[in-house]
Amino acid sequence: MTHPELALTAAKARLLGLDMVYRAASGHPGGSFSAMDLLTALYQNVMRIDPKNPQDPGRDRFVLSKGHCTPALYPTLALRGYFPLKDLQQFRSIHGQMSGHAEMHNIKGVDMSTGSLGQGISAAVGMALAGKMDGRSYRVYTMLGDGEIEEGQVWEAAMSAAKFKLDNLCAIVDINGLQIDGRTADVMPSEPLDQKWAAFGWHVILCDGHDYDAIEDAYTQAQSACGKPSVILAHTVKGKGVSYMEHSAGWHGKAPNAQQYHQGREELTGQIAQLARQAGRDPQAELAPVLAVLCDDKEGN
Amino acid sequence: MSETIATRAAYGETMAALAKDYPDVVVLDADLSGSTMSKKFADVCPERFFNIGIAEANMAGIAAGLATCGKHPFLHSFAMFATGRAWEQVRNSIAYPRLNVKVIGSHGGLSVGEDGATHQCLEDYAIMRAIPGMLVVSPCDGPSMRLATKALLNYEGPAYMRLGRLAVESVTDEIPGYRFELGRGFQLREGGDVTVIATGMMVQEAVKASDTLKAQGVSVRVIDMATIKPLDEEIVLKAARETGAIVTSEEATVLGGLGSAVCECVAASCPVPVVRHGVQDQFGRSGAAKQVLAAYGLTADGIINSVHKVLAMKR
Repeated sequence: MTHPELALTAAKARLLGLDMVYRAASGHPGGSFSAMDLLTALYQNVMRIDPKNPQDPGRDRFVLSKGHCTPALYPTLALRGYFPLKDLQQFRSIHGQMSGHAEMHNIKGVDMSTGSLGQGISAAVGMALAGKMDGRSYRVYTMLGDGEIEEGQVWEAAMSAAKFKLDNLCAIVDINGLQIDGRTADVMPSEPLDQKWAAFGWHVILCDGHDYDAIEDAYTQAQSACGKPSVILAHTVKGKGVSYMEHSAGWHGKAPNAQQYHQGREELTGQIAQLARQAGRDPQAELAPVLAVLCDDKEGN
Repeated sequence: MSETIATRAAYGETMAALAKDYPDVVVLDADLSGSTMSKKFADVCPERFFNIGIAEANMAGIAAGLATCGKHPFLHSFAMFATGRAWEQVRNSIAYPRLNVKVIGSHGGLSVGEDGATHQCLEDYAIMRAIPGMLVVSPCDGPSMRLATKALLNYEGPAYMRLGRLAVESVTDEIPGYRFELGRGFQLREGGDVTVIATGMMVQEAVKASDTLKAQGVSVRVIDMATIKPLDEEIVLKAARETGAIVTSEEATVLGGLGSAVCECVAASCPVPVVRHGVQDQFGRSGAAKQVLAAYGLTADGIINSVHKVLAMKR
């Protein structure tokens, strides 16, 4: 995809994510929206995957270590063709299989069940290790939150990835600077992250997690690292794309009310229309399939 | 005289002997490979052995990731750390996604001895049993451990197995027709007055207790419950119906492990008095292993006392 097409796809994913959280009256929009551009670029342009063959042993793999950000992952998978957009309506519902945190057996395209922070990166290390053992060329990606890396297990995993020289492993840290209780710098300062990851033996790449040129460069650099794992330290905005959610820790794990939902929906719909024009696409044709699965006013909370 | 060997030694030699037959098996350890005996596998298959360092949580997660790619990981540490330190990783990264990982906990129970309470895991049966879909296995001697190891190599799904530190006498090899099957108990002594259902190294003590009590005119059935979960309800209920009283015996806390499992089973289907022999809601302590076991009553004499208690309750 071109970069305007990626931006358009990410905006659609945000609108779908907003709708999922509103309909379920729960979920994690803030960290999902900060991760959306990084995830969209990864799934659309970087990973070697086939939605028609989601269990291909040779496929690239992705582990959402920040496993609560399913309002980013599930729409990304749906827009990549793993399952119909309509399935997103079952998010967090007793009537479906779209569990609140990422789940690998019932949701096509999810490579590992996650949710308890700090654990996904270890699984990604195991996948990368298996790839090395089998002489396969697949790559493994995992995304962590900057709050999540307060978990000690993350640094155990970081040490082990360096020990096993897993240059087929790329971690992405979504640095939005906020966690549930406030600013990451106040809750538990973790900087200087670049020096920490480098000291743990990783190839460190810095980027703006909302700039597709920078994101593309970062993934390319990660692929060329030799003999050591790579980490992309991506600076992002929590709640990116919805004005009242941006830069707010309060939107970590909260659903919008009806008024907030409609405001967010209006903002994102406007972004989609504008991005469609920039990408040379018909705004109505781009919007229609997304709008078709959103809640009407009688649904939701 | 039958063989005397630690179950961890029997486990290690079996893994090494069968390594070549199971090319998907991958062995992980957290800096205790000499003690857990996973080193035996490493010696013959170094390319499938990974030392993760003193990082049990990460080891569990790596094992999970390997399993998603078709590997069959066996992870090793002391029971305390494999099941305690990494409990939530075992629950969320291994058992919840039903991944084919074997959690192997060596040095279970009080028989760790001198290292004391921090290393004497008494809760492994209880906390592993609480996890949905988790198999919990605890063979009593070398011969049954060899069979259990092979059974786990052939079993698809998450499982926990406890290994013991101490050399123990073999009791299962002298039983005609003895067979090991996951999820099945096996009767080692026939008896009609009371049944002792034991697991791990308490099985040997139960056999001794049975032989002593026989001389006193008490007929004690002994069941080796090598799998605690899923519990062999058939053999438990048969014992309840036919002997009317049960003693459970485990080198573990009596809260949540074998004793609890047996009580749950009989309470639901055939209520009979049960006395749970084991560690009574206490931490362990340092001392020579045999002395610590004796101090906590984890001996044939302790089982005999429990048998008298339960017989007094039997109507």
